[in-house]
Amino acid sequence: MMSVAERILSRAVNEITPGSIVNLGIGLPSRIMHYLPDDFDVQIHSENGILGAWKQAAPEAMDPFLIDAAGAYVSLGQGASLFDSAVSFAIIRRARLDLTMIGAFEVDSAGNLANWKIPGKFSPGIGGAMELAQKTRRIVVLTNHTDKYGKPKILHTCRLPLTAKACVSRIITDLAVIDVTGDGLVVREKLVDISDAELQEKTEAELNFATGEGPHDTA
Amino acid sequence: MKKNQTIEQAIAAIPSGARVMIGGFGNPGTPFSLIHELLRQGQTGLTLIKNDANEAGHGISKLIENGQVSRLITTHIGLNKRAIDLMNQGQLDIEFHPQGILAEKIRTAGAGSFGFLTDIGLDSEITRPEDLLDWQGQTYKVEMALSADFALLHAAEADWLGNLVYRGSAINFSPLMAMAADHVIVETPSLAAPGHFRPEHIHTPGAFVDSVVSLAQLTSDYGIIDHHVRR
Repeated sequence: MMSVAERILSRAVNEITPGSIVNLGIGLPSRIMHYLPDDFDVQIHSENGILGAWKQAAPEAMDPFLIDAAGAYVSLGQGASLFDSAVSFAIIRRARLDLTMIGAFEVDSAGNLANWKIPGKFSPGIGGAMELAQKTRRIVVLTNHTDKYGKPKILHTCRLPLTAKACVSRIITDLAVIDVTGDGLVVREKLVDISDAELQEKTEAELNFATGEGPHDTA
Repeated sequence: MKKNQTIEQAIAAIPSGARVMIGGFGNPGTPFSLIHELLRQGQTGLTLIKNDANEAGHGISKLIENGQVSRLITTHIGLNKRAIDLMNQGQLDIEFHPQGILAEKIRTAGAGSFGFLTDIGLDSEITRPEDLLDWQGQTYKVEMALSADFALLHAAEADWLGNLVYRGSAINFSPLMAMAADHVIVETPSLAAPGHFRPEHIHTPGAFVDSVVSLAQLTSDYGIIDHHVRR
């Protein structure tokens, strides 16, 4: 049986379209690379200054001076480029990224994202998240459906300080794929056998269920 | 002019209370040897400007843990629980910026300008009302340039005029900091005579560099961090 992380990742990898430029956030998203075929046509942007980062280098080729933003000893694909942090964020702010997949502490029915600060408890910092969330054409959030105490992470309105407003297009959890639309949150797929009522119970925000959707449907 | 100095001489130029930019994103680009010398000499009350706090027990975290740092201007410290704890206990003053905004503030100072206008974080708690500027019908956030007294950098290769070449993902903030600090100290394991590099391959021209420290070898600090290797 797949772990929760594997379930999220094996669904999330389908979001990456050939020929695109993609940023994968620290944590769960950065692991998606390993679900892509070796010859997949994509350029992975890493905000520490890489366009064309690829899977972990072979042990003899690992370079301590070449990591991605998550700290992994990546290799470089054909045609990769390396540059300073100002150029790296010019790529982001000029909206040259097609897709960013990112983690969340909270996400809400308006597509607001909170992922940088839990006041007094855990404040890792903003990192690249604010610019990525505000400027990437499409933001897909990868998150467990509930937190470690079983509380919903998909809220009516975020309570933590926001990373960016109305930036999220899609939320992929261990239970479902949910789109942020003008009509609120719409469940597109379920990734496990769960009733609409049960899924709603684990979600603070109101969910709309697309008609005719059953478990494992691919919309 | 030859800019090579001993590591002791180079770091002795830094007084307590100085504002010091330090290159590096995680390990790559972190000038571990210069940091160790700063730890040994013991200057205090430092304001550090660095992308991250390294990991506990490494790089600038040693300066933080040794009580030499009063303020850290940074973007992300999620990999350093010690730094987060010190921040939560009120023992370390931390100022967070969005990463590309920190880079651009440094670049702007390095280019001799004073600030720029942005829409990043306009709706977030990092923006105070006094940071806003209405200009020709639009609202922007004013970001001021960020300079420093010193920059400590690692270059893969350098010549004794201070021309620098970086490697891999170790470029990150270094060329920006080289431009933005009043006094730039560079360590390198590979110091060459002028003429060694093709001129168009130089990342940072020597005009920005004040002293170059030649490292006889790189310590284990610069090596692979085992827990970042995926098995």
